[in-house]
Amino acid sequence: MKAPIGAPAAAPWTPDQPIVSIRSVRKSFGALEVLKDVSFDVRKGEVVCIIGPSGSGKSTLIRCINALVPIDQGSILVENQEVNDPALDKLMLRRKVGMVFQQYNLFPHKTALQNVMMAPIQVLKQNKAEVEERARSLLAKVRLTGKENSYPGELSGGQQQRVAIARSLAMRPDIMLFDEVTAALDPETVKEVLVTIRELAEEGMTCILVTHEMKFAREIADHIYFTDRGVIVEHGPPEEFFANAKDERTRAFLGQIL
Amino acid sequence: MDLLAEWARSLYETTGINLSYIYDPWDRARFLSGLWMTIYLSVVGVIFSLIIGAVGAWAQSSPLAPVRWLVNAFVTFFRNTPPLVQILFFYFGLSPLLPRVEDPDGMMQPLLSSVQWAIIALSLFAGAFNIEIFRSGIEAVPNSTKEAGEALGYTRLGVYRHIVLPLALRVCLPALNNNLVNLLKVTSLAYAIAVPELLYVCKQIWTDRQNVPEMMITLLVVYVLLVGVLVWGMHRWERALAIPGYGQGGVR
Repeated sequence: MKAPIGAPAAAPWTPDQPIVSIRSVRKSFGALEVLKDVSFDVRKGEVVCIIGPSGSGKSTLIRCINALVPIDQGSILVENQEVNDPALDKLMLRRKVGMVFQQYNLFPHKTALQNVMMAPIQVLKQNKAEVEERARSLLAKVRLTGKENSYPGELSGGQQQRVAIARSLAMRPDIMLFDEVTAALDPETVKEVLVTIRELAEEGMTCILVTHEMKFAREIADHIYFTDRGVIVEHGPPEEFFANAKDERTRAFLGQIL
Repeated sequence: MDLLAEWARSLYETTGINLSYIYDPWDRARFLSGLWMTIYLSVVGVIFSLIIGAVGAWAQSSPLAPVRWLVNAFVTFFRNTPPLVQILFFYFGLSPLLPRVEDPDGMMQPLLSSVQWAIIALSLFAGAFNIEIFRSGIEAVPNSTKEAGEALGYTRLGVYRHIVLPLALRVCLPALNNNLVNLLKVTSLAYAIAVPELLYVCKQIWTDRQNVPEMMITLLVVYVLLVGVLVWGMHRWERALAIPGYGQGGVR
């Protein structure tokens, strides 16, 4: 059911409530139903990993959270704000929710530093000098000092992905979404990106990751969700999830991967 | 200048080759004003046609179907009809339908002059092609790049202005280059509605002086030089916009 237009403003969010609350979400692309009744909560500071076979709806799910993909039915609340509301202020939502993509998607005509600075200046209209200072320290944080003036085409995949992380962080989000961010990387550069994500998680950033890195998921996640064909088949804390998966599909998947 | 005029005059006296626009002050003034008019038509036409191209290409990706139809109809009309016919249509077909205005001497004048009509016709003609050219560039920008912009809070217009257009421009510069060269050359069609551009004044001069071959050669040389300057400028622009590691800007 879609939220009614002009619904009364949601109660202000307090940190004891889930920061993201997903309820009975359904999404179809034509005749293909990608998400069939998905529900879960994410609390502030939590790190959630979504795993599952290709085509199970993981990426679609994560894209629904920042309204890149509109949902057909159900409800997604981000800090008590309904994402599935036609009157939603998308900018408000996207300030809160940062996203990093599989293919980095940097802006190729801008340097690393400009990529990080663009949105705060052009979208949030923040002061240029302040933004530049913040952008430089963010690039330092992702260990890219010295690469400020390089163009994306001159950087390796891992470096580009770290610029993309810094670019999202420059908007000062409350939640970070990572959509298979290491899937396109060489094995040796995967690690440098994972280290960056781990540091973020340790600082208390709320992270929702779609990933195929099982080892990483096990180490970093507070909670793991396994999706298959549009439903959450099984979930739990990593120790429990990996040690004794109950569902047959989960076991089959983990058997292939691990 | 006097030396040059002296040389042209003696050239005429000794060989009969008559470059009257060099030694004769009246012809020189006409010639230069024609040259200036051609440059003016070209520069203004380039600017307006680029604006039409950018706005039209944006409207072409509009979620509203009627807007897209309108743009497509516009492109089809101006691409499928000869520019000379368009200029005549505007000046003789459309202009009489518009109200006339009184000038300071109390004379009733058309709302728009022939120069203004020429600019409108040329801008629309070249703009229609620019829409198609920009569209090809815009289609070359991956959806994922636009998505990244959206995820950073850009509006549709913001994504277009800050991300899509700068990238599309780099992709379509060679095609744009050709179209702008063409625009410069078709400014000569304004001759047909008595705009005193280069061809028009040259024709006036050769009618008065009977020096058709000299004026013809002059005309061709001047166009070669004008287009040369434009192409040189476009190439410099292309180089200035080249990005290391992107497109033809360098090897990855």
